[in-house]
Amino acid sequence: MNLSTNKTMSLDMAINRFVNDGCHLSVGGFTINRNPMAAVYEMIRQRRRGLHLYAHSNGQAVDELIGAGCVARLEIAYGGSGLFAPTCVRFRRAVETGMLVVEDYTNYQMTMRFAAGAMGVPFLPVRSGLGTDIVNRWGFGEQMRRSDPKLPDQKLMVMDNPFGRWSGTDKVVLVPAITPDVTILHVQTADRAGTVSIQGLPFADVEQAKAAMCVIVTCETIVEESALRENPGANQLPFFCVDAVVPVPMGAYPTACYHYYDYDPVFLKNYRHWAEHDGRYQDYLQRSVYGTKDHAEFLKQQAPEDLAKIKADRRTGYAVGLDRR
Amino acid sequence: MAVAAAREIQDEEIVFCGTGISMLAAMAAKRISAPNSVIFFETGAVDALLEEIPMAVGDSRVMLGAALHGSLADAFAFMQNRTTGRRVVGILGAAQIDPYGNLNSTAIGDYHHPKVRFSGSGGACDVGSFVSRSIIFMQHARRKFVPRLDYLTCPGWLDGPDGRQKAGLPGGGPAAVITDLAVLRFDEETRRMYLAGTYPGVAPEKILNNMGFEVDVSRAETVPPPSAEELAILREQCDPQRLILGD
Repeated sequence: MNLSTNKTMSLDMAINRFVNDGCHLSVGGFTINRNPMAAVYEMIRQRRRGLHLYAHSNGQAVDELIGAGCVARLEIAYGGSGLFAPTCVRFRRAVETGMLVVEDYTNYQMTMRFAAGAMGVPFLPVRSGLGTDIVNRWGFGEQMRRSDPKLPDQKLMVMDNPFGRWSGTDKVVLVPAITPDVTILHVQTADRAGTVSIQGLPFADVEQAKAAMCVIVTCETIVEESALRENPGANQLPFFCVDAVVPVPMGAYPTACYHYYDYDPVFLKNYRHWAEHDGRYQDYLQRSVYGTKDHAEFLKQQAPEDLAKIKADRRTGYAVGLDRR
Repeated sequence: MAVAAAREIQDEEIVFCGTGISMLAAMAAKRISAPNSVIFFETGAVDALLEEIPMAVGDSRVMLGAALHGSLADAFAFMQNRTTGRRVVGILGAAQIDPYGNLNSTAIGDYHHPKVRFSGSGGACDVGSFVSRSIIFMQHARRKFVPRLDYLTCPGWLDGPDGRQKAGLPGGGPAAVITDLAVLRFDEETRRMYLAGTYPGVAPEKILNNMGFEVDVSRAETVPPPSAEELAILREQCDPQRLILGD
């Protein structure tokens, strides 16, 4: 909990201070929307290694962190970028070649795991997954779990309803809480103390942030505290949950940020092409990530006309008629 | 396929859909046979306008004009909640399906050393666990219709009539499988898949030759082809850019 009134800092300082090698990290957003991409690229530039990564349904952020070799273990429900990559390419390759150990959950289970962490309870019950391999098969072995104090001994547990048949339920699946060392979100607006306002769907960002020991928020715009306090009902996180506030225009690019810009179909299609080949992928990393000093420079490599095309329309919040083929 | 699935959606149903053809089916149903159906997504968007087809359920296009921007926790609770969950029909897809409508969208081969890794459950297992009725899209191929899944990601009828009850699952189970060749349903007693409909000009032998297990074909009827109006709605209103329909 951090009560400082000015938590603004540069992105390289925020990553340097809060994201250590081997730390347990969770990233917000969903498939191709509001992924904290500027922070992802900065973690790649700082060559973080051995990360234990948590997400629910994530695409671009997870795939790029894995592709750059930052991730050792992943707990996730879905690794895909919608129709641009129904299965994330570098994620798929890393699992198939044994470079990455994965523990599979469902989206609701992951959400409830973050919610448990946010609420300060060790687990929560859900009714999904009974009779499936999500319950029966574990990615992380018992030995690995027992020897690591940062992992629960069980992936999950099936329990008879302790209240008899109350609520018409015989059995529940208990999912263990997640308390990441750090959660990183990208949002539309925040103030300097860290109060956050997300426009559009919050996904599970709120639970992910509240569950974490530290929270880095990158945002499109820093606004005055008084502006966010005019309409507190539109805010999702109070300042005391947040540790670093980093203004990064287009910080979710190439994923979308509702009412600011759309995802970039040109980049996402090119990315898939690069990701499908090891050599091309290394070239991409060298050229666009290691070869740029920050997100502004990364963005300068993109064609200005492509960036202009994804600017969000005022009424809809996305780029109307954008060529997405 | 999209039209066949759209016809399965009943008016006033709450439709859960994922990325791709399931969205197209739900959007078509709303414009053809089920004007009062409500589309919602696991991301928490309820009854959005869907002026343009989303490329993912997290696309900003699912946000425009919605009744509610809920969270993931809200979206899945609507299905787990027995009052609202009973009204939900889920539309799902997968890499493999077995005779009881169980689905694999996780891995082919050994789970720890997979030959092919897929995206994973996402919300599919949650939907298959909770809702009272689901519709499944599959490409009709032998490697996809298998007697035994490599990984059971999403529950259908599990191992037969009492499977779900024994496991402790709420909800119903899969009602239909829509493929590029046929419509298959599940026997009321055995819960095994059977051939319910063939598209005009597709022989039952061709359907069986593209499956890794036998199904009863004695009840198969011909599925009426899509009407000019249905096709026009699909092509002109739902997917004019041909993002899902293709060229």
